[in-house]
Amino acid sequence: MALNVKKIREDFPILKVKVHGKPLVYLDNAATSQKPKQVIGAMSYYYENYNANTHRGIHKLGEEATEAYEKSHEKLAGFINADQDEIIFTKNTTESINLLAYSLSNEIKKDDEIVLTQMEHHSNLVAWQQMAKKRKAKLKFIEINKDGTLNEESVRKSITKKAKIVSIAHVSNMLGTVNDVNKICKIAHDNDSLFVVDAAQSVPHMKVDIKKINCDFLAFSGHKMLGPTGIGVLYGKKHLLEKMEPFLYGGHMIKEVKFNGSKWNYLPWKFEAGTANIAEGIGLGAAVDYLNKIGIDKIKSYDKELTEYAMKKLEDIKEVEIYGPDIRNRISVVSFNVKNVHAHDTSAVLDREGIAIRAGHHCTMPLHSVLGIIASARASFYLYNTKEEVDKLAEGIKKAVKVFK
Amino acid sequence: MKESLDPDYTGEGMYRENIIDHYKNPHNRGAIKNADIKHTENNPLCGDVVTVSLKLSAGRAEDIKFQGHGCAISQAAASMLTDEIKGKTLEEIKKTSREDIVNMLGIEIGPVRTKCAVLGLVAVKEGIKEFENK
Repeated sequence: MALNVKKIREDFPILKVKVHGKPLVYLDNAATSQKPKQVIGAMSYYYENYNANTHRGIHKLGEEATEAYEKSHEKLAGFINADQDEIIFTKNTTESINLLAYSLSNEIKKDDEIVLTQMEHHSNLVAWQQMAKKRKAKLKFIEINKDGTLNEESVRKSITKKAKIVSIAHVSNMLGTVNDVNKICKIAHDNDSLFVVDAAQSVPHMKVDIKKINCDFLAFSGHKMLGPTGIGVLYGKKHLLEKMEPFLYGGHMIKEVKFNGSKWNYLPWKFEAGTANIAEGIGLGAAVDYLNKIGIDKIKSYDKELTEYAMKKLEDIKEVEIYGPDIRNRISVVSFNVKNVHAHDTSAVLDREGIAIRAGHHCTMPLHSVLGIIASARASFYLYNTKEEVDKLAEGIKKAVKVFK
Repeated sequence: MKESLDPDYTGEGMYRENIIDHYKNPHNRGAIKNADIKHTENNPLCGDVVTVSLKLSAGRAEDIKFQGHGCAISQAAASMLTDEIKGKTLEEIKKTSREDIVNMLGIEIGPVRTKCAVLGLVAVKEGIKEFENK
């Protein structure tokens, strides 16, 4: 059964906003998604009815807040088929990966290798790069094919017994490529390497099952999956998290503190120091409820349908060049350039039509240099977008062509 | 009312003829050999790049040229800027502001696009700073 998009749109107050006098067409979902009133409401309700710090006060509000915040961990665990104590709330994907790069650095020795791909977002690149520098380890980048898929030979050649960490994007935020993480995970494990998945662009759009992938760690952000900003997730296998050093020290992450030493709290709290983003955690739980109610598989097929439709519409414009693979290996993202028009200018013309897209390098500067371009425009879709909106995008692009003719 | 504030504004207007004109046929494009001041600035957000070179004579910018690539706003603004500051003293050039650039472009510029619009100006000012600290 298809999505009832008309009904879904009613849940998103922002979709009633007018931009430059035109109805908002929001096609920048890979940057951040919009929020349904169920998520906004859950956060307001917390602030208006049971705002209190978690895991501290022995009073009614404190207990309610703690229960709701812990319940959110449980919901997120269910969403990716993990256990509740394997779900660490962070600020976002970037912080999740920084946590890993920091806490795993003790295991990394000189000349060990960390394997990434050419299509990584800066969030899954810079933290490893800096850690590698400190530990005198080497970074390796799996190459991409012309169509924006990973080169299989390069996968095999890059991941050797020297690899200690393999960390790759599940879905590329620029190309939309869906990488075969199950397969790469197996290769990483055959070489005794840890396997990390940057799932920022996959968890919002498709069923992600950490047990099926068998990954050791997986990171994603709340704000790209209808949740608020300021809350993200790091999943880790329990036995690995137990061995790891904390990333942040302070309140709540301890079991016992003496003047000369401390013992760490149980998982996941060992990695959640200080007062948490409580409202945001609760809001993310509400986002998961919302996605579950609609069904992530349905969302995936609808995303794919819209993406395919957008690719067809854009391919019909002869001045447009699209990057990345065909629809079989792609989801929810279409990056492109318009001949003789800089991506910024394309985006500015579209903005005047009420259409929001991303322009620039989308935090993938090395990938853009591999593709031999400076910047690109990116349209990205989600469950509330429609084919009519894609039509408006195509018309807007034609307008940009005309302005710069 | 500025066109960009007009609710019925259709998009073409932001790219007024003068902007498209400077973008397609930039003034003072190129590099000066033996320049006294040379500086490159880039906008990491979008990959816009502008390199300016200045030849001084008696404390004035006798000649100025720019090179680079990027969006229409960044390149047109750099082109207009070179026209504007040619012949001025360094002190006069240093007083050039964001508002001056906005006036040259003749459109409203939001905070994100401001980085594009002032790229050439930042390059000139940073170049002067380096020259004066030598």
